[in-house]
This record gives sequence, C-alpha cells and structure tokens, in this order.
Amino acid sequence: MAHIPLPEGLPGILGPLAFRPEMTKPLYEFMEVLMRSENSLSRGERELIATYVSSLNDCFFCQEAHGATAQYYLTCDLETIDSIKADFQSVAIPDKLKALLSIAASVQKGGKNVSKEEVERARNLGATDFEIHDTVLIAAAFCMFNRYVDGLDTWAPPEREFYTKRAAQRAEEGYTNFNPRN
Amino acid sequence: MAHINLPEGLPGIRGPMAFRPETAKHLNELAEVLLRSENSLSRGERELIATYVSYLNDCFFCQNAHGGIAQHYLQCDMSFIDQVKEDFQSSSISDKLKALLRIAGSVQKGGKQVTLDQIEKARSLGATDREIHDTVLIAASFCMFNRYVDGLATWAPLDRSIYVERGKRRAEEGYIDFDVYK
Repeated sequence: MAHIPLPEGLPGILGPLAFRPEMTKPLYEFMEVLMRSENSLSRGERELIATYVSSLNDCFFCQEAHGATAQYYLTCDLETIDSIKADFQSVAIPDKLKALLSIAASVQKGGKNVSKEEVERARNLGATDFEIHDTVLIAAAFCMFNRYVDGLDTWAPPEREFYTKRAAQRAEEGYTNFNPRN
Repeated sequence: MAHINLPEGLPGIRGPMAFRPETAKHLNELAEVLLRSENSLSRGERELIATYVSYLNDCFFCQNAHGGIAQHYLQCDMSFIDQVKEDFQSSSISDKLKALLRIAGSVQKGGKQVTLDQIEKARSLGATDREIHDTVLIAASFCMFNRYVDGLATWAPLDRSIYVERGKRRAEEGYIDFDVYK
C-alpha cells in the first residue's frame, strides 16, 4: 500500500502523476527535453546515467524502467546494464561516458561532491560543457524522481520483463503526451 | 569559478538556466505549479518546505533565495526562518506543518526513509493526501534543484539582504516568464 491512496494498478511514478495531473505536464516536458531532444549525448547514454543514479538511490522502479529504455537504445541486454550499475569502470563503455558517470555518482551524494578533478577529467576525455551540464542535471533530476517514487511508497511490478516489454513503446512514444493511465 | 563556462554575474540557478534555456523553461513551470498555484498549503508554507530541504542539503543559494521568498509570504524575518531551519520543533509554526517538515526531512535523506508513522501523524494533524503528496514532491524537487546549483559550483552572493529584497520581487513576478538576466 502506498502512503496515500493512488489510482490502482499504475506502477511507479504513474500512480502519483495520475493522482496529481497538474504536475505531469512540466515533469514530462522536462524529461522530453533532457532525455530525448537533440543532444551530443545519445538517448541511450542519457538513459544509462538516469539508470545508474536510480540504482545508487536504490529505486527499483526507476532503475528498471530506465534500464530497459537504455538497453533498447543501446541495443544491449539487461546483463550489460546490470554490470554497468555494479561496476561501470570494468565495462567496455567509452572513457568519456565513464567520466560522466563518475560525475553523476558525485551529484547523487550531493552537489558539493563534484570535484574540479572529475570535471577536468571528463573534459580531457572530450566532454563538452553542455554534456557536463546535462549529466549534472540528469543526475539531479533522478535524485528527484527516485525520491518522488519511493517517498510515496509506490508499487512496482517485480518482473523485469514488464519493463523490457514496455521499453520499445516508451522509446517510440517519448515522454510528452504520455497518458499515465495507458 | 563554476565547473563550466556560465554567463557571468548571474547568481545560483540563474547561471545554468541562462546556459540551457530549453530545460530552464520546464523547471520554472514545475516551480510555478508546485510552489505558487492554488493549494491548501499556503505559498509561504511551501517555500518553507523548500527552504528547509535546501538547508539540509547545505545549498546556500537555494536556502537563502527561498528563505527570502518564505519570509516575504509569511511576513516574518530571516531570523525566524533560521530558527525553523535549525530546530522547527521548538518554533511557533503549526503542528501540521511540523509533521510535513518531518516528512520532507526524510525525503531529503532518501525516499525510503519516509515512514508510515510520519504519514499517520501528519494525517492525524489534518494533512490531506494532496498535501502529503505535494510535500514529498517539493522536498524531492529541491533535492534536484540543490544538486543542480551546487553540482555545477555556481556563484552566490553572500549578503543575505539581497535575498530578502529579491524575495519580494520573486513573490510578485512568480517563476514563469522570469528573466534570468534581470
């Protein structure tokens, strides 16, 4: 049972959004710009940052929902996503993305944990100011979404296939105009 | 010096917002709906929740900017806001607001820290489901805003009277259509 009575059968963030539809528009338009609009970071890379931060915040729904979207865009499997969450340094992803994930992990602990050295390292590996900005904002945004989802004690389907099945649809439809009741 | 090259002379979140207006638009829309639109929680109470969470996250800019707005709405002074931040239990705010600040304090630590007892207590003191929902989302969103501001190492004026002056103006102008350059 969630902390407040939410519309039934809606997993994760969809319950609170159906409960308070006034919040849906700004949150989803924000997501659309941050996660899907034109960017030198690919959609898969951005979803991976979101997934990693959600795993650090121990938010089951968000790490599964965004992990599934990430594996769809990156055309990999969930095991790769899981190994990145467990230890991204030992996985074959670009060094620039590793440097950005390390910044994201610092943001998750608290804004002041981001060090000049981390930022310099990312820049030396080719990250632009825009990419560093978006990494910080994606990590910060998921510190919000994760707390929203878990702070109300929402329900999430435990089966991981639930999320992988929905990933293609989410990737095609995007976040805007998305009806939480569907 | 901020971690990335931001437009000069803009304090706190206004630097990154000027750097990336595409995301700023939706962040300001979120702040408008969450902190200013019709609600049984007053604007002052909502700004106080934002201020308290920003204090817990040790974000100087946000706790003073929103503290400045809160003291304007609540017609108190900054020393009262400081007292609430440091020990709201012994301040003269309502018991319902104290119960909501306790929930906000748990959200700041992590979504799963919110307990059923805290929710029951708030409800027994008259908090509605919507007020509990909005408290969780305000607290969660400031875990984002604070990380955005500090994660990029933005600059903030140290003179607190600046925030008192601007608090009045922000209260009058709101968050939408607000020119980050002014």
